[in-house]
Amino acid sequence: MDSKSSELPDTPLDKTIKDALKIVVVGGFGVGKTTMVGAVSEIKPLSTEEIMTQAGAAVDDRSRVAQKNTTTVAFDFGRITVDRNKVLYLFGAPGQERFWFLWDQLFAGSLGAVVLVDTRRLEDSFYAIDRLESRHMPFVVAVNRFDGPQPSLDRVREALALPPETPLIDCDARRRDSCKAVLIELVMHLTHLLDLSHA
Amino acid sequence: MNRRSLHREDPDRLYTVIGGRSNAGESGFDAVSLVVAESAPASGMQSEHLQILAMCSNPTAVVEIAARLALPVTAVKILLRDLLDQGRITVDHPTSAAAPTRLPDRDTLKQVLLGLQKL
Repeated sequence: MDSKSSELPDTPLDKTIKDALKIVVVGGFGVGKTTMVGAVSEIKPLSTEEIMTQAGAAVDDRSRVAQKNTTTVAFDFGRITVDRNKVLYLFGAPGQERFWFLWDQLFAGSLGAVVLVDTRRLEDSFYAIDRLESRHMPFVVAVNRFDGPQPSLDRVREALALPPETPLIDCDARRRDSCKAVLIELVMHLTHLLDLSHA
Repeated sequence: MNRRSLHREDPDRLYTVIGGRSNAGESGFDAVSLVVAESAPASGMQSEHLQILAMCSNPTAVVEIAARLALPVTAVKILLRDLLDQGRITVDHPTSAAAPTRLPDRDTLKQVLLGLQKL
């Protein structure tokens, strides 16, 4: 028993947990996705891989999975126990086109997304924002503030061509309270969208 | 890029583990389906099946199993399908899986908000 638990240093979920929710943090390389996940997660972020199974899967044979043309993508995740019955998984995912299959295979049913941006490389988030909009996946945009001169949020909103209703906030991905505020912003946004849909 | 890491690791492991199957899309498992072992590991079982049973005494999400087995999520879903068919695990699928494109309900959002505020 001890040897088994030593392989699992992280806290297991409570036995009462029955439902898992997802939020995806999406952004370019080095923007701080894993940092953000780690800042709020109750476990040290874990990393795993997924194989692209959708493109070509219908026409291809079953042996393909172990062949050289297999495409795998690594991603990180952490979790937050919400209450007695629910746990929230936070995924960090690259935003570029070739990683988007993850949304169909893994992130379907997500509550929403956080687009994490670095103002020095705003263009890294263009594609992710386009895709989220076209999927009607609700999202907020969080600007990870790095050192040095920074453009205002108004300028960022303009550069990203964000509609006024899309929340845009500053954050520091290293700080738990700051990341927590980003996630709360997303949940408030979802609540607002729900209100609108019932209006 | 990641393509190489799989090959460096062990080119045949993935194929061996899942017996050449790649049809995880039909496994019915979500990335965050919660798995609980219902039977003790028994002799003669495939090593990955044993490991899964050993780590799932409490609810464990598919992605966590994948991370700990160092296998892709797709492969783990196939392994879990075997265990489910044998009655060795039970599974709670996420309620969002029923209607993945719908907004979550108000109660869920309230619970998440309260959970986040407690962080």
